[in-house]
Amino acid sequence: MTTPSLFNAFLSVVRRDLILAYRHRAELINPLAFFVMVVTLFPLAVGADVELLRRIAPGVIWVAALLASLLSMDALFRSDFEDGSLELMVMTPHPLSILVLAKVTAHWLLSGMPLLLITPLLAAMFDLQADVIGVLLTTLVLGTPVLSLIGAIAVALTVGLRKGGVLLAILVLPLYVPVLIFASGAVDSATAGLPVSGQLYMMCAMLFLAITLTPWPTAAALRMSLS
Amino acid sequence: MLPWLTALMLALLAYGLYGGLVLAPADYQQGDSFRIIYVHVPAAWMSMFIYMMMAVSGAIGLIWHIKLAEIVSICSAPIGASFTLLALITGSLWGKPMWGTWWVWDARLTSELILLFLYLGVIGLYNAIEDKRTASRSVAILALVGVVNIPIIHYSVEWWSSLHQGPTVTKFAKPSIHIDMLIPLLVMAVAFKVYYVIALLLRSRNELVQREQGGRWLDDILEEK
Repeated sequence: MTTPSLFNAFLSVVRRDLILAYRHRAELINPLAFFVMVVTLFPLAVGADVELLRRIAPGVIWVAALLASLLSMDALFRSDFEDGSLELMVMTPHPLSILVLAKVTAHWLLSGMPLLLITPLLAAMFDLQADVIGVLLTTLVLGTPVLSLIGAIAVALTVGLRKGGVLLAILVLPLYVPVLIFASGAVDSATAGLPVSGQLYMMCAMLFLAITLTPWPTAAALRMSLS
Repeated sequence: MLPWLTALMLALLAYGLYGGLVLAPADYQQGDSFRIIYVHVPAAWMSMFIYMMMAVSGAIGLIWHIKLAEIVSICSAPIGASFTLLALITGSLWGKPMWGTWWVWDARLTSELILLFLYLGVIGLYNAIEDKRTASRSVAILALVGVVNIPIIHYSVEWWSSLHQGPTVTKFAKPSIHIDMLIPLLVMAVAFKVYYVIALLLRSRNELVQREQGGRWLDDILEEK
């Protein structure tokens, strides 16, 4: 048997996860529904004043996206851990960090991407301007992968535990703070008509840092959870 | 060694408190309220110092598989969390008369609060994993990730800085704090550090005894005593 190239391994892990998700379509909807509902709760809680809603909208959408990504994170390694395919991945000749990156990519396509698609609708419900919506989408494109990548570390640490859910939130949320600050800062500046490139560059930097650095601790943590 | 350290700490603490609370002149703006810095500032320093200790010894344990380093790492976490909490509480006690509010969403306060959350995450993760060796190594990974993240968190939070005064002591060339106020502060900082060493030694001893239960060398030592 010949070993497939690294790139092929990456692609096949992504494809496998996408197919698996496609077979369980109902589960895909859940984080999305959660996202929409959390956003909907805010006008009910703080009142329907359009001015106020327009001001808090970026923060609300970002916090909701953060929680939705947290909610779906737990599933990242769970089923693979339970049926043993994770152990097989650890044993392949390919570096585990690359396979982890593949799994996170698939996970982002399934959980981050739908949020992006529904956000313009929600933003319109909060009466945001078109250019502000554009900035909001850009921050989500740059930010949600970072959330998935950082979250993967914590998921890998807690995957062996029976009650990992709440713990996962405690581990992950402090690490999400910078993304949240820069993202909502960017959208706020856009609302005020100020340039946003500074924040967006910072978010790009965080994205690339996360892509290059997080797979290693995730892989190390996975090995530890499996041992 | 413990009695000596305890004596040293008590002496330093007594001198620091006396110097800080009685000898140091009252601040011309803040009156006597400023004296809380003799607890607040050393606690805040310690909260960061202990996190670094935790991460470094965690890394040592992770790389060279030294059991003792793992124990030091995990035993630091509750102490660090307590110092962080102490810094937050004393800070808010001081904030009420000075700023007129218990809490502001200021850069330093917020990053200290996030530091507390990081500590809580570490402690929670350690307690959740049954096997203690795996647990301490997982915690080490988490602490290291935290160390990489702390500067990012710190500067991103600094971004909306507001009320907290800038650092007055780190300017080594010419501290903007009067020397009579500074000396007790440094003494207090050393006293806190000695306290940390004492607490760490006690905790590590307990943890070690607990982990090595039933080991022959442990029984031998215990019988000698």
